[in-house]
Amino acid sequence: MSISALTAVLIATLALGLTYFHSTPFAANPEVFLGGAFVTLRILAASAVLTLAIAFAAGLGRLSPWRPLRWFCTAYVEVFRGTSALVQLFWLFYVLPLFGPTISPFTAGVLGVSLNVGAYAAVVVEASVRAVPRAQREAAIALNLSPFARMRRIILPQAIRMMIPPFGNLAIQLFKLTALVSFIGISDLTYTAYQLNQTTYRTVEVFTIILFMYFAIGLSITIGMKLLERRFARGVVRVNAR
Amino acid sequence: MIWDWGYAIDILPQMAEASLVTLRITVMGFAVAAVTGLVWAILAFLEIPVVSFAVRLFVEFMRSTPLLIQLFAVYYFLPMQGIILSATVTGVLVLGLHYSAYCAEVYRSGLESVDRGQWEAARAINLSVARAFRRIILPQAVPPVILPLGNYFVAMFKETPVLLAITVIELVATARIIGNDTFRYTEPITLAGVFFLILSLAAAQLMRWLDRRFALPGRAL
Repeated sequence: MSISALTAVLIATLALGLTYFHSTPFAANPEVFLGGAFVTLRILAASAVLTLAIAFAAGLGRLSPWRPLRWFCTAYVEVFRGTSALVQLFWLFYVLPLFGPTISPFTAGVLGVSLNVGAYAAVVVEASVRAVPRAQREAAIALNLSPFARMRRIILPQAIRMMIPPFGNLAIQLFKLTALVSFIGISDLTYTAYQLNQTTYRTVEVFTIILFMYFAIGLSITIGMKLLERRFARGVVRVNAR
Repeated sequence: MIWDWGYAIDILPQMAEASLVTLRITVMGFAVAAVTGLVWAILAFLEIPVVSFAVRLFVEFMRSTPLLIQLFAVYYFLPMQGIILSATVTGVLVLGLHYSAYCAEVYRSGLESVDRGQWEAARAINLSVARAFRRIILPQAVPPVILPLGNYFVAMFKETPVLLAITVIELVATARIIGNDTFRYTEPITLAGVFFLILSLAAAQLMRWLDRRFALPGRAL
């Protein structure tokens, strides 16, 4: 869907959702739901930052001329893309403390989600850097730029533009993965829904409200990433107009 | 001792059995996803006024809400409507429908890659829409997307543990049950990870083989 269509759907979702919310018995205490949404958004924000850091570190690491670093980053990517996100989360939560570091559920949740999506994003970073035409790199060398300046001034600005569309998909994937932290007892939106359902038996109302909230957040992320994509495409010749 | 080989070997049969459950759920869920995804793609492609928009909205919704909450919603909602399904069936259906949204996008790219002329030629020799799809368009639209579909098969496989939330006992649920019994989580959870790694590498290999096997003539690698 186009940005305008998505925005229309978002507005409709918000309007319908709010109207529906006010018709349910929960209308008097929205703070229960907002609390859950706040936790979800906090985990999302923390993991988005960490994911980006991991993605660039591992993605550029895979391009490093230093072999051990390249192997380490490849091993990380293969292991975290090859196993289930929930296994990784449980491993961090149940197994890691046995080796020493005791981490809070929040840290484990953020770390689990970020390490998982970070592996996918690392591949995107690597592929985008590789996709920058060879001549750009050669020209930068010819101009006697240092390797660091070459990466920062020449390669990355062109590579980042290519990363944005796949990052959009990964942002949604990240957002959806945050629901898994409810398994380790963090009271995010999903956990809130589960608990409210158990205590009030208002199954239809609870899940409808929560699904409205998730959809609204998800749509906002999609729209945001599409706007970012448009912003980064400015001043670039469009090969495919669609 | 952090890692106990004896214990790991003791629980191995139980874990292997559970990995078959995971595999079965994935295959059935993928069947649901591959079929319904094609239906969504065709409905959206035909540009039927209200239907196509509804399908696009459904796809957008399924893609931007977490599988876990969809599972919970359906699992608790259906019995209230008098529809009693087992947890596994509910899980397979929801997992399949969740990924049908992704498959629909993949099929869409396949449908769009078929040359317009093919469609016009099929209509010109008086084939009905259904026949044109079945005989002319789909045989050209589906083979090029087998690899991306396969990627979603592997992705689905790795998402099956979420089904433990609605009491489906698969690989990770088994690992956690063993862990709860013995208070030793290291071996079962690590083994679950190893099983996933082996099976998803095998699945990726299988998909590559299928992609080569069904490659369109003249478009081979």
